[in-house]
Amino acid sequence: MSQKILVFAEQRDGQFRKPALEICSAAAELAEKHEMSLSAVLIGEGVANIAPQLAEYGISEIWAGEGEGLNRYNLENYAAILQQAVKQLSPNTIIMAASAMGKELAPYLAAKLGVGLAADLTELIVTDGKISAKRPVFAGKAFVNVAFQTEMQLFSIRPNTFPAEKRPTSANVQKLSFVLPAEGARSQVKETLRQESKRPELTEAGIIVSGGRGMGGPEKYVVIEELADLLGAAVGASRAAVDAGWRPHSDQVGQTGKTVSPNLYIACGISGAIQHLAGMSSSKFIVAINKDPEAPIFKVADYGVVGDLFTVVPAMVTELKK
Amino acid sequence: MKIYVCVKQVPDTETKVKVAEDGKSLDERDLTLILNPYCEFAVEEGLRIKEKLGGDVTLVTVGPDGAKAALRSGLAMGADSAIHLSADNARMADSFVIASLLAEQIKAGAPDLVLMGKKSVDTDMQAVPPMTAALLNLPIVTAVVEAEWNIDSAKLVREIEGGKERYEMAYPLIATIDKGLNEPRYASLKGIMQAKKKPIETKTVNLSGETLVIEKMSYPPVAQPGKIVGEGAAVAPELIRLLREEAKVIE
Repeated sequence: MSQKILVFAEQRDGQFRKPALEICSAAAELAEKHEMSLSAVLIGEGVANIAPQLAEYGISEIWAGEGEGLNRYNLENYAAILQQAVKQLSPNTIIMAASAMGKELAPYLAAKLGVGLAADLTELIVTDGKISAKRPVFAGKAFVNVAFQTEMQLFSIRPNTFPAEKRPTSANVQKLSFVLPAEGARSQVKETLRQESKRPELTEAGIIVSGGRGMGGPEKYVVIEELADLLGAAVGASRAAVDAGWRPHSDQVGQTGKTVSPNLYIACGISGAIQHLAGMSSSKFIVAINKDPEAPIFKVADYGVVGDLFTVVPAMVTELKK
Repeated sequence: MKIYVCVKQVPDTETKVKVAEDGKSLDERDLTLILNPYCEFAVEEGLRIKEKLGGDVTLVTVGPDGAKAALRSGLAMGADSAIHLSADNARMADSFVIASLLAEQIKAGAPDLVLMGKKSVDTDMQAVPPMTAALLNLPIVTAVVEAEWNIDSAKLVREIEGGKERYEMAYPLIATIDKGLNEPRYASLKGIMQAKKKPIETKTVNLSGETLVIEKMSYPPVAQPGKIVGEGAAVAPELIRLLREEAKVIE
């Protein structure tokens, strides 16, 4: 039986976030290479209008699940719509992003459908026309290859794993018909609060500048923030810095924080405790700036600078401004 | 308020991971095992709710005999009782199987509130709580960073990319707790002594009906030793040049 892939491309406030485009692009590549059929489903108010954007990333057949009030994410409503989409389109593979939404929605949908889930995967593997996955465990200290025991299979892909590459095709947008469950009312989001930040979100960022114990205090972060802003980067922190109260918990990178895989990770004043390394070692390129030449962070860094971050980082800023 | 807190015993985050001889599981020898840090946040939250609204806190875990130690840690913090669903090889077991076992237990106990940690630091699927909610048809909010628990409903806030979502929900519900919501208490000596006398109900369970299995466990690719570009601020121009021209990661 040939594979039929269904991608759930999430939108928030009428816009696709980067991970949604990444998975469309990855699915399109997979479908083209292995001659699989491909479609996407969207949920929200008037999403048919933004659907053509997905065609830019290689998906032609797009099903728009439209309805009033659906712009605001609701787990039970979204899962019910996807369940009905699955029934109508009968895919054997469902792909979504392992975003805040996907991390909740993918397992919920998997259990409703009684199918296996490979969550937060970092590699898609095709063997004899069947898709399986590789995913990190112990925050990247090891990896597992998983095999599905169910006919249908569900994948959530870690943000920043695949590039969002343009593969323009024509859009064929159709309306998805569905009914909403009565339960939806009880898990309605009352309010979505947007945080005013010009910096990208940590898990989605292409570049992260991170500061650890070597920062010495919360007020010192302006030094790495300046570098981050020049690079369009997010600002992260080690557990030591978060536990000291210098940075919010949401900034923590590591096994008890966020696991990230940006293109470039710049570790400033971070010694490289195993639990921090676990959270960032899948970064594609790592720069370490540390006073201690013996710091474990240098073992994983592509480029190391032995020195005081408070002189090295400003010198980098000066150089970048040239 | 009847509160269940589902917990897991995991290897300490400082532990080095070793793949077992079968090539698909964790070598459990010489591991330091702890109560999963996120589960500690969930136990702490459960205790705070009990202190505010009254009720009792029951811990539930699926794990081998040794997982009782994690239950004792939670009991020492102040939980009232525990249920141990005993099964070997539960560490990397299919999330769907674990969720099914928890769902059955929760259905039988009919708590008002079920708390879990946002994730376990070993398998890190974040799948068991939403799967449990789906199987029980209960509402769920994951990764809660702010909470106000009242007698008939809860105000919960969770973090999303670039913002937060605010919920208000009636019980029964499931919530998973993120770091930052609370600071877990240390068990007192008295608590540790009392925990030894608190009841743990043990039931042997079967881990069957898998939807996903692990075929292979491997180490990450060995990082190529990087290069020390140099010392001090003077190397900044060379570093920026390398990032632009060699690594091509900045413009």
